[in-house]
Amino acid sequence: MMYRINNLQLSLPDMTRKPLLGAAPRIEILKGLTFDLPKGEVLGIVGGSGSGKSTLGRAMLRLLEPTGGNIEFDGTDITHLSENQLRPTRKKFQMIFQDPMSSLNPRRRVGGIIACPLRVNGMDNLGTRVTEALEMVGLPNHFGNRYPHELSGGQRQRVGIARAIALRPDFILADEIVSGLDVSSQAQVLNLLENLVKELGLTLAFISHDLSVIRRLCTRVLVLHQGVIVEEGPTEALFASPRAAYTRQLLNAIPLPNPHQRWA
Amino acid sequence: MTAYLSIRNLTVTLTGGTPILRNVSLDVVAGQVHGLVGESGAGKSMIGKAVLGTLPRALTISTGEIWLDGVNILTLKPSQRRQRIGAIAALIPQDPLTALNPSKRIGPQITRRLVDILGWSKQVATARALELLAEVQIPDPVRVMRTYPHELSGGMRQRILIASAFAAEPKLIIADEPTTALDVTVQKQILRLISDMQTRHSTALLFVTHDLGVVSKVCDTLSVLYAGKVVEDARMHRFFMRPIHPYSAALLAATPTYTDPTGSLTPVSPKVIKAVEQEIQEHDMRARQ
Repeated sequence: MMYRINNLQLSLPDMTRKPLLGAAPRIEILKGLTFDLPKGEVLGIVGGSGSGKSTLGRAMLRLLEPTGGNIEFDGTDITHLSENQLRPTRKKFQMIFQDPMSSLNPRRRVGGIIACPLRVNGMDNLGTRVTEALEMVGLPNHFGNRYPHELSGGQRQRVGIARAIALRPDFILADEIVSGLDVSSQAQVLNLLENLVKELGLTLAFISHDLSVIRRLCTRVLVLHQGVIVEEGPTEALFASPRAAYTRQLLNAIPLPNPHQRWA
Repeated sequence: MTAYLSIRNLTVTLTGGTPILRNVSLDVVAGQVHGLVGESGAGKSMIGKAVLGTLPRALTISTGEIWLDGVNILTLKPSQRRQRIGAIAALIPQDPLTALNPSKRIGPQITRRLVDILGWSKQVATARALELLAEVQIPDPVRVMRTYPHELSGGMRQRILIASAFAAEPKLIIADEPTTALDVTVQKQILRLISDMQTRHSTALLFVTHDLGVVSKVCDTLSVLYAGKVVEDARMHRFFMRPIHPYSAALLAATPTYTDPTGSLTPVSPKVIKAVEQEIQEHDMRARQ
């Protein structure tokens, strides 16, 4: 089991309502989530804006500390580990970000961007590893000398993927990574991710608001609504017969490229 | 059915001569919705900007005609042109947060154009704004008029911009990716609202989007753009049943749909891209002769 998540709760202080003296009232963002993520699965996390999808992702990578419940990653309880204690685990989980323009350092070349987490984790043969990572995402080796602004949106997102897989992690979190791309680059990135998951035996959590994309890529789906899991299960079953009213509402709202769709 | 907006052979170039729009022609009929689709950088938004006279300074219209309500607006003097466009056309922008002034209350932001440009009295303009806010289904319009943009959700803000666009009964509305920033469930409400308003007011609507799903829900006709050139002009139903241009077919094949269980996605193939690039080169060669 890659993740066992039990009654996960997370609240953040609402600074807009903080009194002059004393603590700010807290907003409950995740309200007791329980689910397991088996190894090798691709989990789609879907929900409307403000449903807590990104917060859940960040809690799974321990970029946020939960206020209740616990998260077990690969057999270790990581719920309240300190930054130092987390260090050895950190390289086992990586993240790919939504906006590659703001998550790639504009002043460094692609090669340096991919090598950085390798160096931090004390790895050797950086050059070979970078070349390998570029090759795996289908970019020629000379792209290592380019700057992010010289790449197209789809190519930048490939660099983000290369940086994440270079460490050979067990788990990757992809947060809305295709929502800024055109359909054609989106199709390329999705096909690439699917192949990488198979080749490297990755476990992937894929956050998206687009159920069409989720169906294409994911083996399991988790539907979040206002910080609560409304439905979780294998992709086929969920699309064949969605149980929760909110899931049906989400599905019905998607405009299909088909003028005969009943969209009332 | 005469076209309310008719663009003829419009070419827009970057200073230095690089073409951004290549010989674009299209018609928008009153009471109908015309979609502009294409990937980012194809020039979809630039067509809308050329019509509204808000092209970035680095771009110039080198040839072509833009007929708006029977007048070629490119032959008018700039001041007359502004007056004419301002009186009959309006924009629904993409991002409702940046389109509203964060330091001003909603009310004055809707009424200002009516008062300053159309010369309405403040009371008439306020009454009209309240009526429209109710029409776009905003609960408690009187209170909302006094709020600031940050107090409202994305969907509410977009409703306000729609109300604002329809305020002066424009004959033409240009909607530039009006739902890209919204969630699917809110997108559905907003699209239906725009459609209803457009039908009720018989407005000609030019709808810019990259989402073919959205096109199939709101448009009557559409143009597919690639690198500033219209590669296909079609009625909506025909387009989805039988796309003619290989690039259109490729775009459709690259669009994911949750109803397809195999879920296979084909990116636009290099062969198709090469063919369409070639077409564009040939077009540029002809244009230079």
